[in-house]
Amino acid sequence: MTAERIDDFPTRQIDGYRVRQGRPFPHGATLVPGGVNFSVFSDGATSMALVLFDRGADEPATELPFPPEYRIGSVFTMTVFGLDLENLEYGFRADGPFDPARGYRFDARAILADPYALLLSGRDTWGVMPDWTRPYQYRAMIAPGDFDWEEDAPLRTPTEGLVIYETHVRGFTRHPSSGVSAPGTYAGLREKIPYLRELGVNCVELMPIFEFDEFDNSRVNPDTGERLHNYWGYNTVGFFAPKAGYAATGPYGMQADEFKALVKDLHRAGIEVLLDVVFNHTAEGNEYGPTISFKGLDNATYYMLTPEGYYYNFSGTGNTVNCNHPVVRDFVLTCLRHWVAEYHVDGFRFDLAAILDRGPDGSPLPNPPLLEQLAYDPILRHSKLIAEAWDAGGLYQVGHFPNYGRWSEWNGKYRDVLRRFIKGDEGTVGELAARIAGSPDLYGGRGPAASVNFVTAHDGFTLNDLVSYNDKHNEANGEGNGDGANDNNSWNCGAEGLTSDPEIGALRMRQMKNALAILLTSQGVPMLLAGDEVGRTQLGNNNTYCQDNELSWFDWTLVESNAELLRFTQRLIGFRRDHPILREARHPIGVDFSEVGLPDVSWHGVRPWEPDWSPGSRLLAVMRCGRNAAGEKDHVYVAMNSHWEGHDLELPELSGGVWRIFADTGAATPSDIYEPGTEPVLAHPRRHHIAPRSVVILTGSHD
Amino acid sequence: MTVNVTAHTSGGVTTARIEGEITSTTASGVQERLLSLLGGAGRLLIDFSGVSYISSAGLRMLLILYRRAEQAGTGIALGGLSNEVQFVMSATGFLGFFEITDDLESETGRVRP
Repeated sequence: MTAERIDDFPTRQIDGYRVRQGRPFPHGATLVPGGVNFSVFSDGATSMALVLFDRGADEPATELPFPPEYRIGSVFTMTVFGLDLENLEYGFRADGPFDPARGYRFDARAILADPYALLLSGRDTWGVMPDWTRPYQYRAMIAPGDFDWEEDAPLRTPTEGLVIYETHVRGFTRHPSSGVSAPGTYAGLREKIPYLRELGVNCVELMPIFEFDEFDNSRVNPDTGERLHNYWGYNTVGFFAPKAGYAATGPYGMQADEFKALVKDLHRAGIEVLLDVVFNHTAEGNEYGPTISFKGLDNATYYMLTPEGYYYNFSGTGNTVNCNHPVVRDFVLTCLRHWVAEYHVDGFRFDLAAILDRGPDGSPLPNPPLLEQLAYDPILRHSKLIAEAWDAGGLYQVGHFPNYGRWSEWNGKYRDVLRRFIKGDEGTVGELAARIAGSPDLYGGRGPAASVNFVTAHDGFTLNDLVSYNDKHNEANGEGNGDGANDNNSWNCGAEGLTSDPEIGALRMRQMKNALAILLTSQGVPMLLAGDEVGRTQLGNNNTYCQDNELSWFDWTLVESNAELLRFTQRLIGFRRDHPILREARHPIGVDFSEVGLPDVSWHGVRPWEPDWSPGSRLLAVMRCGRNAAGEKDHVYVAMNSHWEGHDLELPELSGGVWRIFADTGAATPSDIYEPGTEPVLAHPRRHHIAPRSVVILTGSHD
Repeated sequence: MTVNVTAHTSGGVTTARIEGEITSTTASGVQERLLSLLGGAGRLLIDFSGVSYISSAGLRMLLILYRRAEQAGTGIALGGLSNEVQFVMSATGFLGFFEITDDLESETGRVRP
């Protein structure tokens, strides 16, 4: 049988280009034998043209109007033969009414990017000032799509077994100290995989890597006069395209290959890849923003509009994507499937995810169809789905985000209470207990995997700044310190910012260790902010979205200078790996499920079995009992003292074996922590002194 | 835009020297020519020292060639790559599939059938 198809041949010529009626699915540009099939949806367009450019040319090479009979439903479709795929940039020109009150904002002057564009050119190298006079700034390109994955597939690590490491592709290796061959790129991150392995994390969560424009920030640094960037990239231009400026090979149009090579090698190292995705808004802003794509194709479909035709702004950035419109649902679903099927990513963290359960008029839906669809989709079936369960419109859903048994959440309440406890606030011990047990009060029936626990994230203070600053210091952002959160629950330990006082320095180190020790022994999924393991500082800036400089970049000299904290973190991660009782799939409830003679979780105070739940209490100990991977009895006891006094702890009796000390943040290094498996026996079998503001971790196994 | 492939065999090693640019318009011709050399006696050494530019389509052609060689139970080695091409191949993970040689002279003697 011949490999040819009977529709492999053009049926007519338009402007010298051989074309035929295309196929409406899939949307976007798809390679077909001898040509490319283009398909674009627009409900309100009266006419549509395919605009073709030679790569980099200012003016189009041609415009091919879609003949009326090339429209099926509201989809314009055409196959064009004989194109030079590597040197082709394409877009659409849609004509239709400009009638904002009815939701229409057609503008026949604009060339529109394909919402399904697999690659976008125009920002090929990070930070190269664009020529704003050029028509069509972000240009859709064809991607070959082939890649030799060999046997790679998403890893399917159980969610409760993850240790997530949140990082920024550029920031991770852009600093001159990184020592990689291509700083600030996917390839640079790939070169640092040995560091991630040594640290022990098994999942990286990448801040947005969908194509965005780092130049969509017009502010300047008031001190230096330097133009600020959109460094974080929570402002998507192309949802299907990996950011070219993060690829060393962006100028060659090979960003897709470079990103795939990164995913493949991370998987080989046993490390999953989660993408931070931003479906709540786009880079098109409100009525004053640019027309890039959706706005000119089908404004009323893609955006939530007020009855007067203005943009709802639940995202705080100008517009709100109309996520539960059936067409938009399909777009989001297709996009996520693309990243899983084409790029093998392991899951997603959804920025301002509460917007995903709002209906077209902005009101929260009881059974939001998009979230349900994502939860049950065959391709996404084993992908991690993590919600930032709030939005900028006042919807706060931590603990009750519609989850269909699938969704996890960034547990903002975990962060808040852990911070308050560590700095010594009263009235926190009761809630702390619930949080370190995996927040059964919030996630009962869903298991600890629903709770992504964290102390710090990209948004807010770093861990070092959390213990070094009482207040944010965001002057460099050019908004008179008016941006960023004010409720940080931070404490500077006695001096604001950098200090040479050794006592304050020692206390800060201990406080950082305390936070990490509690985080990495809590039930749920711990998430670390990249650089916290080496005490990275942003000099008190808690909103570095615009700071493409040393404030944000990972300074690799800290790996040497802060080796003490790095070692502490590595060993905690190793301890978590070695003790399955810290990462069980179900919440501990105080029952002896494993038949070890003690309940799976129990609470203690200065005396065993006598926790102090009073508002003035600043000391709590928790004991987990169960079995290790070999089926042997295992015990982990964690005492947390946020009091400025030390206490003599009386320890609970083991159901066999003796207590060994794994970590004591009150002890000087190297006695602050031991290599898992080499913990020494306690000097006194049933007593231990816990120092002021310290955490002690003990382990007892069968011996 | 033209590209030329010349080949010679000595000591059981076929060396193919490419001159010109390998792009989406020239890649398929180069591929055809190199494939015809794969079936010959022993391994194929491809000399890139005369290649001024290689695009994404050119690199993809090399990967296809690699897989074809593997299917045919033989191997290919690349020589004379510019630093830039080597960097692009490294950043995209393509480099890992190939045997790379810096010294074409001695390689011709070393690569055995």
